[in-house]
Amino acid sequence: MNKKKVFVQGNEACVEAALYAGVDFFAGYPITPSTEIAEQLAYRLPKKGGKFIQMEDEISSMCAIIGASLTGLKSMTATSGPGFTLKQEAIGFAIMAEVPCVIVNVQRGGLSTGLPTSVQQGDVMQARWGTHGDHSIIALTASNHQDLFAMTIEAFNLAETYRTPVILLFDAVIGHMRESLIIPEPGELPLVERLKTSVDEKTNYHPYLPREDGRLPMSDFGGVHRYNVTGLMHDMWGFPSTDPRVAYILMHHLYEKIEGHVNEICRMKEFYLEDANCILISYGASARSALHVVQSRRARGERLGLLELQTLWPFPAEAVRQKCERAMYVIVVEMNLGQIMRVVKRAIDDPNKLFLANRIDGELITPQDIKNMLRMIYGKGV
Amino acid sequence: MSVKDYLRERYMPHLWCAGCGHGIVMNNLIRAIIDLGLSKNDIVMVTGIGCSSRISGYLDFHTLHTLHGRALAFATGVKLARPELSIIVPMGDGDAIAIGGNHFIHAARRNIDVTAIIMNNSIYGMTGGQFSPLTGHDKKATTAPFGSIDHPFDTVRLAMGAGASFVARTTTYHVTSMKNILKKAIMHKGFSVVEILSQCPTYFGKKNNMGNAVDMLNDYKTHTVPIGSKKKKENPDLIERGIFVQEEREEYCAEYEMLVKKVKKE
Repeated sequence: MNKKKVFVQGNEACVEAALYAGVDFFAGYPITPSTEIAEQLAYRLPKKGGKFIQMEDEISSMCAIIGASLTGLKSMTATSGPGFTLKQEAIGFAIMAEVPCVIVNVQRGGLSTGLPTSVQQGDVMQARWGTHGDHSIIALTASNHQDLFAMTIEAFNLAETYRTPVILLFDAVIGHMRESLIIPEPGELPLVERLKTSVDEKTNYHPYLPREDGRLPMSDFGGVHRYNVTGLMHDMWGFPSTDPRVAYILMHHLYEKIEGHVNEICRMKEFYLEDANCILISYGASARSALHVVQSRRARGERLGLLELQTLWPFPAEAVRQKCERAMYVIVVEMNLGQIMRVVKRAIDDPNKLFLANRIDGELITPQDIKNMLRMIYGKGV
Repeated sequence: MSVKDYLRERYMPHLWCAGCGHGIVMNNLIRAIIDLGLSKNDIVMVTGIGCSSRISGYLDFHTLHTLHGRALAFATGVKLARPELSIIVPMGDGDAIAIGGNHFIHAARRNIDVTAIIMNNSIYGMTGGQFSPLTGHDKKATTAPFGSIDHPFDTVRLAMGAGASFVARTTTYHVTSMKNILKKAIMHKGFSVVEILSQCPTYFGKKNNMGNAVDMLNDYKTHTVPIGSKKKKENPDLIERGIFVQEEREEYCAEYEMLVKKVKKE
């Protein structure tokens, strides 16, 4: 057992995982509570010959990682709240142009400048719908450092597999909390490398023609294939088109390549669900308090269970429906006004059995907050 | 190699209006690249949004047609990732100086080896003739029906102030010097800015009673002078053209390479 055990912040765990996944390019802009990711990578990337650049704003950071990714480098940026808003324009471009990249959003409190050092999970819907136009997106989260490490690697893997930006939605308390982390040996966790075209120089390469399995092999900028990348609707050559058939096919492809693989993409953790008559659904930092409640109530013989979501988008609606089928009560535990609760409501068979235990004041939701909701449901008063 | 070898003819006809100056820029840019003998595989062209930005679709390089104003930010990512590639970024005046103004000054400050070409037609053409930061005081546009009260930037002074190590201005009338300036700008190791006055007879010309494309080209002939000419002293309204700055200075990617070498030793 010579595995490396470290005691680090969540943001540092994210950096360790990104390096493990092979990140070669980072562009960012300082913002609380994600800044440690940029600081650590400013130190670590030059040492391995990778590229780090602090850009003039969040917009340009997002644009720069797209440019770098097109040359074949695994690229990422990290931000919080207001910075995530600024990145939305270029996130839409990355979706449209199918450029793999990873965006970390260490969520902070509130709208606008809000509560920069406090915790809230208010960006769940912005991750889904932050950029304009119909689209699909992948967004992952984690409740502890070991999971955060694994999900960061998963983010890079999914970005390459589906040629799409992937969002990591972490919480301020996870990003800044110190906890032990075991860094896996190289090779222990699978890594997905860029799928490159096998088409030779003399043959036409179609950058936007999916293979039979739906994947699109890429060719690096600077390589032998010269092609056009655009945010306009485009044909298989990457050239702009207003042909309704081209637009329809592309819209459908961009949506289906993610929503059609929901079972392959989605990760979740189950605790005591087999016989649970009351299921808590939670994610990120909130899931820690939810798990505490489930374990303490189980000790008293109460049949509580926890479904911890690690993939928020695409939402695993069918899996959630099935798991909640036999429960009398479903309680979504989150730190916002019910962003995931409303999605669960659409997923489960009987919305009348759904409740929300939440907190929106910038404090971490406590086990007591969740217990108060249990008392209400069971008619015991608060 | 002929000019045609650099065009993606299957994507023609282009969308520029009859009389537009942007085709003259494209023609001379290709000729400059032919003269320099650069390989098409070594050139990445990054553009933003607007009439000017469509140039990337028509040319047979690695082309990246991005977001309004953001071309230089994307280009910075490409260049830092692959410093050996030549990066050319044609932009419009609104694209480069209004919505992209912040990216423009910071790319200049870093002195990253990118060739920024500002095809200045003094108007937002793609959206139908609204005023830009380079339209000029008293000039008319659809959003300045009574004449603009906005004062324009001097792109050359802005680029110089921000730290660009190569700064030039030319016009679509002066095609020979345009080609030579573009060659020098592309070969320059550092951030180079070439402002090219490019006529828009459809909107800017029409709104301001400037006649047709030929009349507007003649205006470039009569209203511009070489840098330091006597005429400029007599008539300060004349616009100077030529190379204003050409300096050797540490380039951003080269500095980064030095940093990597230094920290790897430690």
